[in-house]
Amino acid sequence: MDRLLIIGELKAIVSPYTEERSKLEELSEDTDFLKDLKINSANLVDIVLDIEEKFGIEVDNDSMAKMLTVRATVEVVAQKLSGDAGQ
Amino acid sequence: MKAANRVVITGLGVCAPNGTGVEDFARAIKSGTSGIRFDPALQALGFSCQVSGRPEISRQTMDVCFSELEQRVLASTGIQYGVVAAMEAWSGAGLLPAGESQPDWDSGTFFGTGTSGIDKFRWAIQQIDQQQVRKLGSTVVGQTMASGVSAYIAGKLGLGNQVTTNSSACATGTESILMAYEHIRWGKAKRMLAGSTSDSGPYIWGGFDAMKVCTYKHNDSPQDASRPMSATASGFVPGSGAGALVLESLESAVSRNARIYCEVIGGHANSGGQRGLGTMTAPNPEAVKRCIAQAVSGAGIRPEQVEVINGHLTATAKDALEIANWKQALGRGREDFPYINSLKGMTGHCISASGSIECVASVMQLSGGFVFPNINCQDLNPEIAALVDPSRIPGKLLALDFEVLAKASFGFGDVNACLIFKRFKNG
Repeated sequence: MDRLLIIGELKAIVSPYTEERSKLEELSEDTDFLKDLKINSANLVDIVLDIEEKFGIEVDNDSMAKMLTVRATVEVVAQKLSGDAGQ
Repeated sequence: MKAANRVVITGLGVCAPNGTGVEDFARAIKSGTSGIRFDPALQALGFSCQVSGRPEISRQTMDVCFSELEQRVLASTGIQYGVVAAMEAWSGAGLLPAGESQPDWDSGTFFGTGTSGIDKFRWAIQQIDQQQVRKLGSTVVGQTMASGVSAYIAGKLGLGNQVTTNSSACATGTESILMAYEHIRWGKAKRMLAGSTSDSGPYIWGGFDAMKVCTYKHNDSPQDASRPMSATASGFVPGSGAGALVLESLESAVSRNARIYCEVIGGHANSGGQRGLGTMTAPNPEAVKRCIAQAVSGAGIRPEQVEVINGHLTATAKDALEIANWKQALGRGREDFPYINSLKGMTGHCISASGSIECVASVMQLSGGFVFPNINCQDLNPEIAALVDPSRIPGKLLALDFEVLAKASFGFGDVNACLIFKRFKNG
């Protein structure tokens, strides 16, 4: 899946978890979930569950720990999607 | 030593089977409106009792009290009811949530429950048993910890004084108000949001159905099912909801020119220790009488000053015993017994929420100058009629300006709580 498409989906997924509307509008690969979007760190696990459901993937604990920015998250999703495609 | 503070009630909130919000609820209790309905979920699961009292909350109220994200994952009816009632009581008292930067150190909450988020807990257990513990996400603990309701309320309002959840079965709500009264009385807070909540549904009510303490004789006529003090009382109707009251030092209430509903002048909580006639499920009458008598003497009034009683009166065989206990505790005869009523005819037994919902109804009666009608006891239990003149058990709305109301709740575990409310007079 194209990285831009993944980012578009991510934007919709994280939307209910943030009140930083302007930062959300400007969401890019550089966006940090905690620093920029001020998402409650406890909600990161909920966001990962939503991502799993949306993309039909399963994220392991080590990958989950990396998913603090849009860039890292896109990489994990893209990798899992291509991994699945190869199976 | 600093003199004890006088404590008054300045806010009410309620989420009851026969009315959510103080206006709807006041209208319902004055008109004797039942909130008991047929419950298809109980029928589908083969319950003996297939009627219940569940509050209804409008979408608009939910949107005011909970964010979209919260609503998406909220599977605790008790937390919903508790937050809705608490936020109504707080804003009705003319109070605002604390600002973003700092909590309100002078305000806290004692908000009780029997158990929290039983539907969320059930879902979580199913996930775990399917080896999917990771799917629990971040919201299971907050909704299933017993203190979930007080934590949610404190977060909404920014409460910075003591925040905790008490639990004493069906005495929970009355006990929470007693705790708040004592907390403010001794200067530990200026304001406390006191109340209690109870989840809805088969997983909370099933144990009572199995004990055969719920009625199964009125599945076809739900509004007749809950019959406190009736000759044909055959068990309680399970209910749910929440009641919330803002208790405040008189000094604080006067300083901000708040509306004062009434004064709390005393109360007592005790246990029968499951000794004598007391057991896990039956009250020790000595403890009940002692609880009432101590509440009255601690309030600094004479027993004959109690004019209205809001009883526990669940619609079981124990109703007559409760009346006998009140009579002895207050030293009253058949003719001069106070007016007495039970809200449960209209709401069913809202378990851990019953005490606080009934305290809201009690405060409304005292401040509004009325005694709400008892419903479903036109066929008064003859044992009760022998104890108390039937005129003392009004079946119609009674306009009555009165000074003192006693409210008691009794719970499994042989625990009791009693409160004395008085019309407010400054000086």
